[in-house]
Amino acid sequence: MTNDIMTKLPTFGRINHMKLINQIWSWIFAAGLTFYRFLQRQMTKLWWKVLVVILIFYTLIAGFLLGVPAKAILNETIRNLYFHVPMWMAMLSVFVMSVFYSIKYLYKGDQKDDMAAVECVNTGLFFYALGLLTGMLWARFTWGEFWSGDPKQNSAAIAFLLYCAYVVLRNSIDEEQKSAKIAAIYNIFAFPIMIVLIFVLPRMTDSLHPGSGGNPAFGKYDLDGRMRAVFYPAMLGWSFLAVWIATIRYRIRLIEYKKNDIN
Amino acid sequence: MKKVTVLLLLVMSFVSAFAQQTQAPVDMAEELYKSGKIYVVVLTIAIIFAGLAIYLFSIDRRLKKIEKEK
Repeated sequence: MTNDIMTKLPTFGRINHMKLINQIWSWIFAAGLTFYRFLQRQMTKLWWKVLVVILIFYTLIAGFLLGVPAKAILNETIRNLYFHVPMWMAMLSVFVMSVFYSIKYLYKGDQKDDMAAVECVNTGLFFYALGLLTGMLWARFTWGEFWSGDPKQNSAAIAFLLYCAYVVLRNSIDEEQKSAKIAAIYNIFAFPIMIVLIFVLPRMTDSLHPGSGGNPAFGKYDLDGRMRAVFYPAMLGWSFLAVWIATIRYRIRLIEYKKNDIN
Repeated sequence: MKKVTVLLLLVMSFVSAFAQQTQAPVDMAEELYKSGKIYVVVLTIAIIFAGLAIYLFSIDRRLKKIEKEK
């Protein structure tokens, strides 16, 4: 740290503000680190996985048995909200994790962080594909075609290729550390591009998707309390299911890595 | 006066416009619910997800065993 410059800063009365700011920052950092270590320890624990399964079971059952608003064109497919949208939430939560681990890898160079980032992307790609497929099926019966050139559909397809390029990039470079570093940088760029493509651009133009192009989102008039009671748990449950799958994949990769190291 | 009356009549013509309130009833899956067949749907999906959950738990347990050995 540039401590010499810090001492030359003006002190107001007897208080050196820089010291205070540094102190506050180190407290925040320590709190964050403690929380992160706590999360790390939970990776192999069972309790949250059981909760996830219970949550998803609840949404599967309540999703079909609870009442829904009767909307034209949608009819009963409005229940797809409990399944199609959580796929995207799952993908998002796991991609956010991958960006975090990519940044962490660039910072520390620990190969384990890179493995975490890859497996998060792999899991995210799986849920991405599920989101695209379920969306296409829903579109076929509500918009008339599997693919109607809807801006969000197109954007989602482009961003999917973006993340496939991440996988291709990794496999194209032989040297492990170089591959990890370049892939980490690519991941950090790919994530905001994906966010803009899927969540920002479609809202600014004509679109069939609820919430885009001046359409009301599934909101005040379409999503009543009965649906919220299933929708929010579904978003949570599937997100953490994706996290669980990512941790499993990471643990497998870690064991393989350690085995190869010994050999 | 005549112009005002005509204008008033035209303006009040909204009383016959009911585009928003009366909707054609929306087809929902009434039979599926009344016949109780919806429970078949629910059970099918529950069985599929139960299978997936058991699979995930078993992988998790195997991994924990291997990790403990190391």
